[in-house]
Amino acid sequence: MANSVDIKYYLILAAVLFCLGMFGVLVRRNALVVFMCVELMLNAANLTFLAFAKQHGNVTGHVSAFFVIAVAAAEASIGLAIVIAVFRSRGTVNIEDIRTMKH
Amino acid sequence: MSIEHVLFGAFALLTVVSALLVIFAKSPISSAMSLVATFFFLAGIYVLLWAHTVAVMQVMVYAGAIMVLFLFVIMLLNLGESTGGAAGPLLTLPRVAGGVSAAGLLVVLVMAIWRLPDVEPLSGQRAVSEGFGTLARVGESIFTQWLLPFEAVSLLLLVGMVGAVVVAKSRI
Repeated sequence: MANSVDIKYYLILAAVLFCLGMFGVLVRRNALVVFMCVELMLNAANLTFLAFAKQHGNVTGHVSAFFVIAVAAAEASIGLAIVIAVFRSRGTVNIEDIRTMKH
Repeated sequence: MSIEHVLFGAFALLTVVSALLVIFAKSPISSAMSLVATFFFLAGIYVLLWAHTVAVMQVMVYAGAIMVLFLFVIMLLNLGESTGGAAGPLLTLPRVAGGVSAAGLLVVLVMAIWRLPDVEPLSGQRAVSEGFGTLARVGESIFTQWLLPFEAVSLLLLVGMVGAVVVAKSRI
């Protein structure tokens, strides 16, 4: 297929997005921005699912992406509730100041 | 050079730029708005991949619901620009280590992707005749082959909802 974008470029875009998300998770200290970077990584996974679904003509990848979106919604609700609870008890969302579980 | 190449290039560039803005924006609000933009451009890429249903879900669930939740929490917490921002020296040890590990992972992933075997992709006319990516086709797959996981997801969302209320309640 000369007039269609090769699947490898979609996969490379997904890899770039995943690495950006990982960089954000490792580097940023605001818990909310860390959550946003996790969403970026989940979207990279979705893009990979959809790229392979197109390549193999199999709609199961779309179903997987649907499940990932649903799990991301649940994760965001719980994660933001935890952020609110931590902010209420400590007055900060900086993950370097939250070290109760640090040994 | 077809229109698909042009659209893919534009959407990919915009996606990466707005993802970079998510990471490097100073205030959490601008991070969240850049994330909304990222989700919209990714929805465009999903349409190029014949995944119309997932693109619509992306805009509704991510760019709509999840991002409203994020913005609501950011504004509820009333965070200033200084929290977790880029104060201090630019190159600290955690930043250099994070950058090196992310770049290393990227190199490994790109090398692995480049060696994938070539498979004839699903192309325009065939995809249209199969109804690939339409709501009817995806829904049929969900409600026949994946019915139990679908119901498990509804349970998961219920548990998430109740858990969020319990965790964020002022007195537990």
